[in-house]
Amino acid sequence: MKEASLRAILPDHELVRMYEQMVLCREFEESCAEQYTKGHITGFLHLYSGQEAVAVGSTHALHKDDYILSAYREHAQAIVRGAEPRRVMAELFGKSTGICKGKGGSMHLFDPDLSFMGGYAIVGGQFPIAVGLAFASKFRKEGRIAACFFGDGAVNQGTFHESLNWARLWELPVLFVCENNAYGIGTSVERASALADIHKRTCGYDIPSVRVDGMDVMAVHEAVKWGAEWVREQSRPYLIEALTYRFRGHSMADPGKYRSAAEVELWKSRDPLPAFAIRLIEEGIVTQAEMGAIKQEAIAIVQEAVTFAEESPWPEDGAVWEDIYV
Amino acid sequence: MSEMTYRDALNLALKEELRRDPSIVVWGEDVALYEGSFKVTRGLLAEFGGERVLDTPISENTIVGVAVGAAMGGLRPVAELMTVNFALLAMDQIIDHMTKIRYMFGGQVNLPMVIRAPGGGGSQLAAQHSQSLETFFMHAPGMHVAYPSTPADAKGLLKTAIRDNNPVMFLEHELLYNSKGEVPEDPEFLVPFGKCDVKREGNDVTIVAYARMTVLALQAAEELAKENIACEVVDLRTLAPLDTDTFVASVKKTGRAVVVEECWKTCGLGAEIATRIYDGCFDSLRAPVRRVSGLDVPMPYSRKLEKLCIPQVADIVAAVKETVAAKY
Repeated sequence: MKEASLRAILPDHELVRMYEQMVLCREFEESCAEQYTKGHITGFLHLYSGQEAVAVGSTHALHKDDYILSAYREHAQAIVRGAEPRRVMAELFGKSTGICKGKGGSMHLFDPDLSFMGGYAIVGGQFPIAVGLAFASKFRKEGRIAACFFGDGAVNQGTFHESLNWARLWELPVLFVCENNAYGIGTSVERASALADIHKRTCGYDIPSVRVDGMDVMAVHEAVKWGAEWVREQSRPYLIEALTYRFRGHSMADPGKYRSAAEVELWKSRDPLPAFAIRLIEEGIVTQAEMGAIKQEAIAIVQEAVTFAEESPWPEDGAVWEDIYV
Repeated sequence: MSEMTYRDALNLALKEELRRDPSIVVWGEDVALYEGSFKVTRGLLAEFGGERVLDTPISENTIVGVAVGAAMGGLRPVAELMTVNFALLAMDQIIDHMTKIRYMFGGQVNLPMVIRAPGGGGSQLAAQHSQSLETFFMHAPGMHVAYPSTPADAKGLLKTAIRDNNPVMFLEHELLYNSKGEVPEDPEFLVPFGKCDVKREGNDVTIVAYARMTVLALQAAEELAKENIACEVVDLRTLAPLDTDTFVASVKKTGRAVVVEECWKTCGLGAEIATRIYDGCFDSLRAPVRRVSGLDVPMPYSRKLEKLCIPQVADIVAAVKETVAAKY
């Protein structure tokens, strides 16, 4: 069966925007790796390279005021939602101009004006918070849903099961999106989950679910579009499992030796960026020359972000006591 | 003023605040239909309905986490943990999330939420249901901790907690629920956080206490008065913020201090208070600060053994006498 034309799904400018964001996210993450090596970014650093189709496909399928929550591999989620790359980079540098004033760092990006309700670094910590945001939205009749992103490792935390049960019981609009990148640090899904088909684990809570190719931005977009509207209309939870892969280790400290070279190469051959680029070119939406310009533009944005972060001031010492209490 | 129990004072505070502010919601295990294990939420479902008063599954960590999310989303949740012992199942959401979110997100969001949790020992509920965990919560920056000793304070502090834009851990003592006292009827009666209350004045020795320990300290002071020892009883009321100024000022006056804590002694809050007294008025002290504490053991069931583990009036009397008799 021939795939539907991209133009039948979204207008050209949005398709181009999606591709631009995927390239920007990749360039941003690769630049982060470089800045980490130089010692400008310290602490934990978990990069998203390889998973761009999930953040971009999902975000474009949600309403702008729908809540988004994620875990600690969330730079791309924040940037695609609208966070300025320079303020995200400044946050990673620990500078006062960072999106959280340098208090959160890589794992704790947050911007309520974008309804980006945070990166959380305790595996599974964001589940109940997403349920609470969905409750508030329903209570206040706002029509917003809570899109809760998490990794395959999080499904074995108690909060996953408590929150699925709760969201179904109270009929709350939560869209659970599992970014199954096949490994929780070094432990594969098969070695951690009795039932490795993560999307099937919702059956105990009477929550429908679907598995989607997380390397295909349009497949993710379609699944999230359908899922988000179902969640909104039914005021009930839904779960999407996106099969994806991180091209780098769990964090910068992880050389990733538990994965075979053949496996990594197989997934890299399915890189979501060139896959989408080919479709855009084939359908005449973007030319080869424009592809080059998109990449150069992304590199320029990231370079500017690094310069901004480098030149930004450190927080004042007094800031250490600020923001604990109202 | 009208006389009512600590339980009814808490119930009244909830009702008054629910009437005042439609963004307040209440949930917890068995708080709605069953009206609460300790009946603090009696009548709430009937008056405010199932949209605002909700029973939850037995999922303590998520009870707190959903409140965190709801607070982020513009509501003012008041969540009940059936007992404080179950807060240990929720420590991830309490400590890793509730107390961290404002700070790590650069002050961009407030969490106006309350967690109510009955606790304390003395009901022969054995090791898993008799804990005094107040020090655990005081230890973590990012939340306020209140623990009232009287019905009036219970009402006024809970109302302040609900109106606070910071997260509040609101502890209630199970053995005080039936205690009675005069409570102001004014719906704007609030008890400020970070203000100790001098429950009894005296010049010979300061007893610093909180919650049920304040009640015992007052009984001890009454007995000691018969022996011409005048005790000043300072009730902390909130453990965070901790009003150091008031108890230090009292010790400056009396020159002697006894701290009474129901929790385990090791690293208990009494150690913190003693240190603050030493820092604040070492030169005024005429004797070392004494601590009357819970024993460092898991709570035994047997009535005879349990009594040994929790500070008693006689223990406070003895500690005060030793302090007063000390010659340095």
